[in-house]
Amino acid sequence: MDPYLRVDDLRVSFGTADGTVRAVDGVSFAVPRGRTLGVVGESGSGKSVTSLALLGLHDPRRATVTGQITVGGHQLVGRPETEVRRLRGQEMALIFQDPLSALHPYYPVGRQVTEAYRVHHPRAGRAQTRRHVVEMLGRVGIPQPQRRYDQYPHEFSGGMRQRAMIAMALVNGPALLIADEPATALDVTVQAQILDLLADLQAEFDTAIVLISHDLGVVAQVADDVLVMYAGRAVEQGSAEQVLRRPQHPYTWGLLSSVPSLHGDAAVDLAAIPGHPPSLIDVPAGCAFHPRCRYAEHAGGRCRTQRPELTPGGTPGHRMACHLPAVERARRYAEDVVRVGVAR
Amino acid sequence: MTAGDPLLRVRGLTKHFRVRGGLVRAVDGLDFEVRAGETLGLVGESGCGKTTTGRLLVRLLEPTGGRIEFAGQDITHAGRRALRPLRSQLQIIFQDPYASLNPRHTVGRIIAMPLQVNGITPPGGTRARVRELMELVGLNPEHYDRYPHEFSGGQRQRVGIARALAPGPRLVVADEPVSALDVSIQAQVVNLLRRLQRELGLAFVLIAHDLAVVRHFCQRVAVMYLGRIVEIGDRDDIYRRPQHPYTRALLAAVPDVTRLGSAGRIRLAGDLPTPLDPPSGCRFRTRCPNARQRCAEQEPALLRRDGGNQATACHFPQSGPLGVERGGVPA
Repeated sequence: MDPYLRVDDLRVSFGTADGTVRAVDGVSFAVPRGRTLGVVGESGSGKSVTSLALLGLHDPRRATVTGQITVGGHQLVGRPETEVRRLRGQEMALIFQDPLSALHPYYPVGRQVTEAYRVHHPRAGRAQTRRHVVEMLGRVGIPQPQRRYDQYPHEFSGGMRQRAMIAMALVNGPALLIADEPATALDVTVQAQILDLLADLQAEFDTAIVLISHDLGVVAQVADDVLVMYAGRAVEQGSAEQVLRRPQHPYTWGLLSSVPSLHGDAAVDLAAIPGHPPSLIDVPAGCAFHPRCRYAEHAGGRCRTQRPELTPGGTPGHRMACHLPAVERARRYAEDVVRVGVAR
Repeated sequence: MTAGDPLLRVRGLTKHFRVRGGLVRAVDGLDFEVRAGETLGLVGESGCGKTTTGRLLVRLLEPTGGRIEFAGQDITHAGRRALRPLRSQLQIIFQDPYASLNPRHTVGRIIAMPLQVNGITPPGGTRARVRELMELVGLNPEHYDRYPHEFSGGQRQRVGIARALAPGPRLVVADEPVSALDVSIQAQVVNLLRRLQRELGLAFVLIAHDLAVVRHFCQRVAVMYLGRIVEIGDRDDIYRRPQHPYTRALLAAVPDVTRLGSAGRIRLAGDLPTPLDPPSGCRFRTRCPNARQRCAEQEPALLRRDGGNQATACHFPQSGPLGVERGGVPA
């Protein structure tokens, strides 16, 4: 069966006074129903621009979107807005980082969830709609949903608001959920609850999930597959097991070893990646990561001039975009990466 | 003050905010100490009072009650004039590297500001000292005349750090200094703070929600919940043998790159209760998996057990390594 979501060579660029910003520069992936793809990257990596493109939310006057996005057999790129809108909300939904800005402060929470439902079920009766919404609020773990239905967003805690937003996203039973940093603004104990909730709902509705996060720990917890982005491109892609346990790309190595953990030696410095993510207006030539890469000298100078394409490496299904020769990569991995304790 | 005395001593510190609908007990009776050159981490979730505590320590807020002693002096209610000689010794680094720098000032001027307001003229002049500080925190001194918007988030946080270090403080309160930064930049700044702490022998109070960051920086850790310290102790005790059920739940909730999937995690139910009306007895009891009758009736005191450095405010403290729940003993 075809995967529910398929993205081929997605490119999103914005014209600015300083030049063209290629925010997403040729990314491809697929997510079947019931699976979660974790998209990892730092600011400017293009991860959020990707999520907006999936929902067709870029303003065509400002952004140029090319490539193919196929959702449940429908190709979205270039489709008229009215058709995309029908799919959005019905077949696919978005939850993002800040639930407070997603909820209207003047309307009761239940009414806002109801509105999301009615847009796609205009003929549903009032009582039946309310029943459905109350049930949904209960499903996402909001206690006393009957009473909570009539409360305003300010009467909800951060965790409860995030639950309300999840209820709003799932009220039409979408087959695809885009979750852009869904738990980042929340405390760790609540974050853990929200991630569990998403996993439970996914099992129930057989949802395909694209989870976008800068937090590798969150991705490790929920993702089946992982895509690592840097400067608008995929640098490594594969199963969570492959990318997080046997990472192949020096950027992924760097990310994994720069995160402080609850294990490991607290007395030694973190293995930080030098420098900072590049500006998308002025992406370095060749491999965009080369100015920060410890191994840029070990691939015969190609890193500076030639952009590496995604190629298979490691075990089947695992791909990375890096010029480092396989033998050198294996040696560096054993010496520099396993030693700092990334791969366990 | 003699050599063994703590640099900072906090006793019964409280801060209540009067709001419509009652009294928010943001900080409600804290006791702790920080020795010269020591790093203390204050951890907890939003609303636990950690940021308010930081602001009380540098006296950006007026305490409602209790006592703060810095370098042997009572500064609990010290006015501007009385605080002035101590200001240079007690500095703060803020969370948001965008909001905490004046966009109309050059970074040189920003870093020089604490020297100016404290009337400090460094030997060799202010400009030379600022350039030295920029070098120390890993900024290019040639960028003296640039403005904050010309710097990345990580570099701006370095400017904030240089500014805090300018007057030669003995204690720095750092409120979430890396949480607004990208992952790869966080590690750079954590390493920088570690180096500065080591080289300059500074005492730090690091306020953070990220337990892994705190573990990499602090010798001692205090865990806060609803305005109170529920557990305090040496780093290894807190991370390897946490006794308070909240500390254990907090550690278990931290997403961990080295573990795929979510099997075997203990989960805390519910949200933080409102500090307007904290639960009776132990404030954590409404979310605690082990709560019993006594927890509702009697507030547990922060007590040391088995003569160690670790103190826990719990009627039924847990024992044993956390590693059991985590599928491996932490190294």
